[in-house]
Amino acid sequence: MDKMIEVNDLSFSFGSGELKNTVLKNVDLTIHAGEIVIMTGPSGSGKTTFLTIIGALRQATEGHVCVIGQQLVNSSEYAKVKIRQQIGYIFQQHNLLKSLTAVQNVAMALEMHPGLSETQRLQRSADMLCSVGLDDRLYYKPDQLSGGQRQRVSIARALVGKPKIVLADEPTASLDKHSGQDAVGVLKKLAKEAGTTILLVTHDYRILDIADRIVELEDGIIK
Amino acid sequence: MNPYNYFYFPGRLAWRQLVFDKTKLFAAICGVLFACVLVFMQLGFKDSLYNSAASAPLKMNGDLFLMHKQTEAMWRPTRFNRSELMRTLGHPDVASAYPMYLSLAQFKNIETQTKRTLMVYGYDPDADLLAVEAIIEKRTELRLKDTALFDESSRPEFGPMRALLDAGKNSTEINDYKLKIIGLFRLGVSFAADGNVMTSDQNFLRIFSDRRADQIDIGIIKVRPGSDVKKVQADLKSRLNEFVNIFTYDELVQYEKSYWENTAPIGFIFGFGTIMGLVVGMVIVYQILFTDITNHLNEFATLKAMGYKHGYFIRVVFASAFFLAILGFLPGFLMSLGLYRLAESQTFMPMPMTPHKVFTVFLFILSMCASAGLLAMRKLKAASPADMF
Ligand SMILES: Nc1ncnc2c1ncn2[C@@H]1O[C@H](COP(=O)(O)OP(=O)(O)OP(=O)(O)O)[C@@H](O)[C@H]1O
Ligand SMILES: [Mg+2]
Repeated sequence: MDKMIEVNDLSFSFGSGELKNTVLKNVDLTIHAGEIVIMTGPSGSGKTTFLTIIGALRQATEGHVCVIGQQLVNSSEYAKVKIRQQIGYIFQQHNLLKSLTAVQNVAMALEMHPGLSETQRLQRSADMLCSVGLDDRLYYKPDQLSGGQRQRVSIARALVGKPKIVLADEPTASLDKHSGQDAVGVLKKLAKEAGTTILLVTHDYRILDIADRIVELEDGIIK
Repeated sequence: MNPYNYFYFPGRLAWRQLVFDKTKLFAAICGVLFACVLVFMQLGFKDSLYNSAASAPLKMNGDLFLMHKQTEAMWRPTRFNRSELMRTLGHPDVASAYPMYLSLAQFKNIETQTKRTLMVYGYDPDADLLAVEAIIEKRTELRLKDTALFDESSRPEFGPMRALLDAGKNSTEINDYKLKIIGLFRLGVSFAADGNVMTSDQNFLRIFSDRRADQIDIGIIKVRPGSDVKKVQADLKSRLNEFVNIFTYDELVQYEKSYWENTAPIGFIFGFGTIMGLVVGMVIVYQILFTDITNHLNEFATLKAMGYKHGYFIRVVFASAFFLAILGFLPGFLMSLGLYRLAESQTFMPMPMTPHKVFTVFLFILSMCASAGLLAMRKLKAASPADMF
């Protein structure tokens, strides 16, 4: 499958009637397998909204959104859950489970994969944490890690299930320049190795160079 | 997902979330424990009340019992004519019929001379109307003038009777009538009487000089072995005057219990207390679980975004509820057990920890935890995962 994400004529609004706030207007975007696309745009332009629709976290009702061959507009809960399982999502706040260690957090992404034993799950999670440079932090809980380390755990969690697509919402927002570039560098390296498609939303101009393509969203319209 | 992991994974996550914050876990356990103790104590007092109320009828040795229709409970009987009881002897299956006399009276503490009310039972010692071994053994001595037996389970305010008897101090007064305590037995106190004394029918009439032998409180009938008690009861009912009730043993016990449960204000008070205990317990448990789930809502949303189904979170919440119920129940149970013993030693009323009670309270705590969890769950169901971040 060449086209991983295909969006045609997508419109989205919050609220209804007088309070209707149209956030996305007839958006078209196609992303091919293995591409790394960065989406930028001013605050409030609808980037997060767009990303949550692609990630099957929000229900769109107008237009066409095809992700990994699945139509997401007016889709069933079951179809959305299936898509979510094939996507790695990196949140702006790391959103790790604070009661779990780094390796347990990463392994949570594998619990839904049938056919893996507990040992295999933990092994794969540990390997992934090594790849993001956290070999010595496997058994640390999130509140014992630095912001950059947490974001790297969260990258490991997004990638460990070998997803076809990774969606990242401002993954460097809470990091300083150095650790931000570190985290994104790791993400790019691993994604290129596995041929993963990435759509990354950011304000951070320092990381634009990792992208194959940059698109800009302004007032709900792709430029 | 294989069926084992289906429950194991959410259970494990619930457990890890619970033990992560030890302080919160401790507080939650204390809350469940408190609810547990509250409900246990209310149920305990209530049961103890009804059991002790029926301690005398339970020991009654007979097949059928006559009481005046106006007698609501044994502590306050209305008298009726002995001839009514004697007429039952005309029935071929009736083996014997004996009267029992009852009255509350003032008993003088041998040591301190203070007076306190107790219940006096009077009947022919040869009739063995109370199935209490210690009374039956004293049959002959009880026939002597001005003798009585004292209930050892009476409240201590009546004096340390065993020690006094051992020291040879055995003469006291009941309603200012002098008599001798010649031994001890065990029957049990109730809410109506703090103590009991048993004496012969002859002595009873001496103590209560205004009472007459032909005005009796309860008539106790024994039927011939092998005869049908229900049938005899039905036969007698049609012959007896309409102002008397005729009860079987089970009916008598039930009649006495239901007086305390329904008629006496004390039954209402304890019923109310139990319901309050349940409600307060419920609110506590609900509050704990609801806060717990609210605190984890954003973690659940993260998992939802990763592709976890709603059912997974329901299982997580049920598992937390289950763990909390167990962790709170075990110490709650042990503490209640201790409090039961303490209450027994203070009130001198039996407070048994029955399996039935244990089961009821555990089921209650568990369902409270579970429904509190389910209520809190609706919050997650309603919210789209995208709005959580
Ligand atoms: N749950 C919501 N309900 C109603 N309106 C919303 C909701 N979420 C976002 N909006 C509105 O939609 C618009 C786009 O929001 P969105 O979060 O997509 O912007 P963004 O491009 O991600 O901005 P930022 O760069 O600041 O994160 C905003 O005007 C916002 O007020
Ligand atoms: Mg945003």
